[in-house]
Amino acid sequence: MITGRIAGISGILGGAFTTEAKELGWRLAFLAGLVLGPLVVKNLAGADVPITPQFSVPVLVLAGLLVGFGTRLGNGCTSGHSLCGLARGSARSIGATATFFVTAIATVFITRHVIGG
Amino acid sequence: MAQLLASLAIGTLFGAGIAVSEMIDPARVIGFLDMAGRRDPTLAFVMIGALAVTIRAFALARRQGVTQALGSGFSIPAANGIDGGLILGSAIFGIGWGLSGFCPGPAIAALYSGLWPVIAFGISMLTGMVIFKFWGEKNG
Repeated sequence: MITGRIAGISGILGGAFTTEAKELGWRLAFLAGLVLGPLVVKNLAGADVPITPQFSVPVLVLAGLLVGFGTRLGNGCTSGHSLCGLARGSARSIGATATFFVTAIATVFITRHVIGG
Repeated sequence: MAQLLASLAIGTLFGAGIAVSEMIDPARVIGFLDMAGRRDPTLAFVMIGALAVTIRAFALARRQGVTQALGSGFSIPAANGIDGGLILGSAIFGIGWGLSGFCPGPAIAALYSGLWPVIAFGISMLTGMVIFKFWGEKNG
């Protein structure tokens, strides 16, 4: 809000492949902050910030490819569509959010209850 | 410079929020998405809480004609209408999200841990974006 940007993480990340210094700077600063935030919470507030990967590395690599490609093709991820987009009442964001929630829930259902048992 | 510092501060705040809300933890996210298992509804409250703030903030900005403090104008996405790319991309993203418990924001924030699976996911996600960039250029 303060800098007038839509904080879509996938958009910020995707746009980081730019050669324009002006566009690159704020993106890298934002991404650095994103990594810094949990460190602040952990070290200054002394809170536990657990991260427990749920799947093996090969599955995560496949998932990463899908997330990277999908968010660029779909013009956004959870922060851009579900937070900023829904807040603005964007029809595209409502459609996108509904779609990725349905496929994510279906995927978890299949891996947890159909394959994983 | 002011814009750089503001971006760093906002990124840090966002990262801290993801950490405190535990959206950073794939176990939480998968638990949230798991309708048939033991549901963990906590992230719904995180999303509703975040929306309660952003809806008001965007509405206030529109009503009062407030512009951003820094930068040059709000960059509100111009695209209108739902198209195939939006739905297909979102569907692909959802599958990846369900297979990992990571969406882009928390995945970057989780890099703080230095855990190898998180790094592997991050590299792979960037690769997916690069593939799209080349594919997108080829397909207009």
